[in-house]
Amino acid sequence: MDALTAHLSEFGHGLVTTVELTVVTTVGAMLLGIVVATLRIAPVPLLRAIGTAYVEVFQNLPLLALLVLFVFALPTIGITFPLFTSAAIVIAVYEGAYLAEAIRAGINTVGVGQAEAARAIGLTFGQSLRHVILPQGLRAVIQPIGNICIALLMNTSLAAAVGVVELTQAANNVNLVEAQPIAVFTGAGLAYMLLALIIGQVTGLLERRLAIVR
Amino acid sequence: MVSVRGLHKWFGPLHVLKDIDLTVAAGEVVVVVGPSGSGKSTLCRCLNRLETAGQGSIEIDGEPLPAEGRALARLRADVGMVFQSFNLFGHKTVLDNITLGPTRVRRVARPEARQQAMALLERVGIADKANHHPAQLSGGQQQRAAIARALAMQPKVLLFDEPTSALDPEMVNEVLDVMVSLAAEGMTMIVVTHEMGFARRAADRVVFMDDGRIVESGAPDDFFAAPRTERARDFLSKILQH
Repeated sequence: MDALTAHLSEFGHGLVTTVELTVVTTVGAMLLGIVVATLRIAPVPLLRAIGTAYVEVFQNLPLLALLVLFVFALPTIGITFPLFTSAAIVIAVYEGAYLAEAIRAGINTVGVGQAEAARAIGLTFGQSLRHVILPQGLRAVIQPIGNICIALLMNTSLAAAVGVVELTQAANNVNLVEAQPIAVFTGAGLAYMLLALIIGQVTGLLERRLAIVR
Repeated sequence: MVSVRGLHKWFGPLHVLKDIDLTVAAGEVVVVVGPSGSGKSTLCRCLNRLETAGQGSIEIDGEPLPAEGRALARLRADVGMVFQSFNLFGHKTVLDNITLGPTRVRRVARPEARQQAMALLERVGIADKANHHPAQLSGGQQQRAAIARALAMQPKVLLFDEPTSALDPEMVNEVLDVMVSLAAEGMTMIVVTHEMGFARRAADRVVFMDDGRIVESGAPDDFFAAPRTERARDFLSKILQH
C-alpha cells in the first residue's frame, strides 16, 4: 500500500495522461469512424473502395506494430511528432476502423424506406445521412461503440511502448523503484477498471436517453 | 406537368416497364390500377428517380429528370411522395418530420416552418399529435402525417404509392378523405392504389396497367362501367365481385 501512497503524484500524472489520451483518441476515432462508414456506403464505387481499404488495413495490423512504425520509422524520413500526439494519431486511426464497422452495422439497421423518404423530400446524400440515417444508425449501436471505447482505453496502455508515460508506464516506473509489482499493478488495474466502469455507465445512460420511441 | 415517353425499366432480366407513355396535366388526378407485379409502383418510383429508368424520358414541369446530385435533389423537393409504409423519420417528432424538408432544403426559417407545419397538421386532422413520435401514432395518423410532410414542400405534383395498403380497414377512409380533399383543391396527383372507390370519387383519369404496359386509360366512369380490354374486364370482375 505504501508503494502506492508514496507515489501518488506519478500515478496521478499517469492517470491524467491515460484519460487525456482516451478522450482525444475517442473523439478522433469517432470522427474517422463516421467518415469511413460513410465512405463504405457512398454511391461512388471509388469512395467505397477507399473505405474498405482503410478498414482492411487498420483492422488487420497489430496496434503495437503501427505504433512502433509511426514513432520510429517516420522520423527516418523526416516526419516527427511529439510522442503523445503520435500515440493519439495512431490509436485514433486504428480504433477508427473498428468504430467504422460498428457504425456501418448501425446504418444497416436503418430501413431503406427512411433513406428513400429523405431523398423524396429533396435532401442531398449528405443531408440524408446527417439528419436521418446517422442519428438513427448511431442510436442502434451505442452499446458496441461503448465496448470499442473500453477496448480503446485498454489499448492506450500500448503507448507506454513508445515512451508515453501514461498509467501503465507510470506504474512500471514506480515498480522499478519500489519492487512491489502486486500492489503497484493491482492499483493501476483498479484505476483502469474504474475508468471502464465510467465508460459503461455513460454508454448505458446515453442508450436510455437517446432511445427511439418504438 | 408530368410527361413520360417510351419508358422502359429492367430489374436484371425482368422487363418490368414496357414502353410507357403517360402525360399528366397540372391539376389532374390520375389513378393507376392493376394487378400486383404489373409495374405500377415501379412507374411511380421512376417519376422521382427512386428507381432509375432503363430507357425513355421523363419530364416534370417541362424539365427533364436530372440524373443525380443537387439538381435531382431540387427536383425531388418539387415532387412529393407518399409511401405505402409511411417512412416517417422514427427519431423525430411529427412536427420535426414535417419541418425537416422546408428548413434544410427550402431554407425556410424555423418559426415559419413550424407555423406552416402546424397548419398542415390541422388540415390533416392530427394537430394534437405534433409532438408525438411516429411510433406513438396509429397507421392512419402516420400516413396523414406523411402526407403533411410531403405537402410542406409545396410540391408541384404528389405521388402516392399504395398509400392505404398497409392500413387497417377502419383507417383507410381517414387517409382517403385527406386525398379526396387535396384532389378537390387542384393538386396534381398520381395515385397507385387498389381503392376503386377513391378512383371513382376523385380521379380524372384511370390508368390500367398489366404486365408492365399501360393497357387502358380513360375516365373512371367509362373504365368501371365498360372496360374496353379483356384484361381490364377480368381484373375488375375479380376485385369488384365482393
